[in-house]
Amino acid sequence: MNAFRNIIDWLEHRTGLETAVRDFLYEDIPASSGWHQIIGSTAVFFFIIQVFTGGLLAFNFAATPGDSYNSVRYIMTELTGGRLIRGLHHWGASMMLIIVVLHMIQVFLYGAYKKPREATWMVGVVLLLVTLVFGLTGYLLPWDNRAYWGTVVTTQITASAPVAGPYLVRLLGSGDGVSRVTFSRFYALHTILLPPLVIILIGIHIYLVRKHGVAPAVGDTAPRKKFFPEQVFKDTIGVAIAFIILFTLAVVADAPLGRLADPTDTAFTPRPEWYFLFLFQTIKFFKGPLEVLGAVVLPGVAVLTLFLVPFIDRGPMVRLGKRGLAFGVVILSALAWTGLTTAAVMTTPPNPEENGLATTDVETGVQAWQSLSPEELEGLALYRKEGCKGCHPGGGKPGIGPDLTKLPAAHRTAAWLVPHFKDPSKIVPGSSMPPVQLKDADLNALSAFILKLTPDNESSIMGAPDYVVQGALVYQANHCNSCHQIAGVGQKIGPPLDGVAQRHDRAWLEQHFNDPQSTSKGTSMPAYKFTAEDMDAICKYLLQLPKA
Amino acid sequence: MEENHSHEAAVDVSPTRRKFYILLINGIMGVIGALLAIPAAIYLLFPPKARKGTQWVKTTDISMLSVDKPTEISFQRTRADGWQLITEKTTAWVVKQPNNQVVAFTPTCTHLGCAYHWDDATHTFICPCHTSSFAIDGKVLGGPAPRPLDRYEVKIDSGVLEIGPVEPHA
Repeated sequence: MNAFRNIIDWLEHRTGLETAVRDFLYEDIPASSGWHQIIGSTAVFFFIIQVFTGGLLAFNFAATPGDSYNSVRYIMTELTGGRLIRGLHHWGASMMLIIVVLHMIQVFLYGAYKKPREATWMVGVVLLLVTLVFGLTGYLLPWDNRAYWGTVVTTQITASAPVAGPYLVRLLGSGDGVSRVTFSRFYALHTILLPPLVIILIGIHIYLVRKHGVAPAVGDTAPRKKFFPEQVFKDTIGVAIAFIILFTLAVVADAPLGRLADPTDTAFTPRPEWYFLFLFQTIKFFKGPLEVLGAVVLPGVAVLTLFLVPFIDRGPMVRLGKRGLAFGVVILSALAWTGLTTAAVMTTPPNPEENGLATTDVETGVQAWQSLSPEELEGLALYRKEGCKGCHPGGGKPGIGPDLTKLPAAHRTAAWLVPHFKDPSKIVPGSSMPPVQLKDADLNALSAFILKLTPDNESSIMGAPDYVVQGALVYQANHCNSCHQIAGVGQKIGPPLDGVAQRHDRAWLEQHFNDPQSTSKGTSMPAYKFTAEDMDAICKYLLQLPKA
Repeated sequence: MEENHSHEAAVDVSPTRRKFYILLINGIMGVIGALLAIPAAIYLLFPPKARKGTQWVKTTDISMLSVDKPTEISFQRTRADGWQLITEKTTAWVVKQPNNQVVAFTPTCTHLGCAYHWDDATHTFICPCHTSSFAIDGKVLGGPAPRPLDRYEVKIDSGVLEIGPVEPHA
């Protein structure tokens, strides 16, 4: 203990650190200070949490679009604790904004922005704006559809600003839409420029609070008290409550991560983060050339008004009970915000996230896998053999790659899938999928199979028995489809094979393969000398085919 | 309006309350600090969860190898590198033994990871960096190498050598 004291004394003598800390903690505050003033400290604490968790995320983050998505998925699914760290950062951002706004409402209601504290208020408004920019820039970084499309909307809004619009858009690197340049600029803002800016602003803000002293309640003439330990204790309780809420959220609710951003996905309904929804909704009320009013002018005027509040309301401080107008403004704003946000939630359709459970067509008792053509079954065989499952596990389970049942419409064609198999990262920049090294015919089969998948039939199709898949492979390898048809695919030189079990049995089939003339006199079908294994597979396969 | 900056000494809380407050401040901040620091340490220090079983790569026909003559073979393997699956060229020094078993060594010295080579004249593996040398079975013969050469798991499937993951070393 003595050694510790010595170190403190040495530090104090060389730096004055102990005195500085004491001066800070033993600041005199008004007797009327108390629980209502704990929000500011909580906001500072949340900024520290954001810096801490943000730094941890950056340790495993790839700062390029596409790859950033892969790295966020890696953080969430492969790193122990990564889900929690991202949860803290994601929900912390939302809570940070709530806390900053509550802090502002408290100061506003008490009229604590009045002379001589105008500058403190204005720095506070700037801090609120920077918090919003933090939210906006951070939103893009996971580079999923939500991030990409949300940012498309925000940059379009920026573009509509009078005069400055086109320049701002160029500054954001989104002259030709949200691009790699946009991503880098958002990343630089979010991680390099804004954090020190906030630190400086918080420094000025706290300096100003100290310079003018904490605002006392009107008529508070009681002897002043010390900041430490009583008020610090109250602040700590505030911090603890907010932290418990944050930690619970991070444990219970995963931070969202959708599909890799897809600029061709027309099914996705873009929306901004919840705290921007009211703006999103406001814009809908202004049509055509008036849109700039709702998108830029109105928010601009609102921010300017907020900034100039101390000069608009210049009267002396009065008791809380006499600030009816201030209460009215807060309540009206809250109502307007809630109304607009609710309207936005109600009118924006949810993005499809449904689970498919139905596997059997109840009417006919036919399993979904039984309706696959031989080529599609061949594709399933390739899916199994090439280890596609490692990244596309199916069943709604999260994987490195997207859910194959929920591919966007633009990707649901062989014309997109086949080139994608050959060189994934060329078609989807940032994709970590290795090229599928197969012949074109096999790639076609694979894409035919994938195109067949829907959330409803997936679990049935994926569970197709091995003998069926093997039989289909034999069927394909021997080009049976040049004469026969199954599930509407193939030629009609020979009879279609759907429901063949109703006409023939296993013995007949084997006899037929070995010596077609013995069973069907005059047939043009050649003999097939299958191995015992192949014979077993193809017979079993053919005999389970449902009626067309 | 200016508030009155009184210069009289500010009132302080009673010593017992003071102790109670300080105890709780330190306690609560300690718990919050731990709830942040422990997950952070786990997040940074725990290795990533394994993605899937390491792939076995078919390399060469073992009839192409001559007994007791180390050969450097190269092959492509796909592995997880952080958030990417990368396919890269890798090499192995393979030695066919008289009983037709094959040993495959990883291509780097166990000292500081330099690439070593087979020296026919001395019949040893020699590392150029700090002159570590290894016998044909990988045992350390000299130099600073701390352990024998690391090996890949191998299996022979119908005459073709397949190379798997690196065997864990003691």
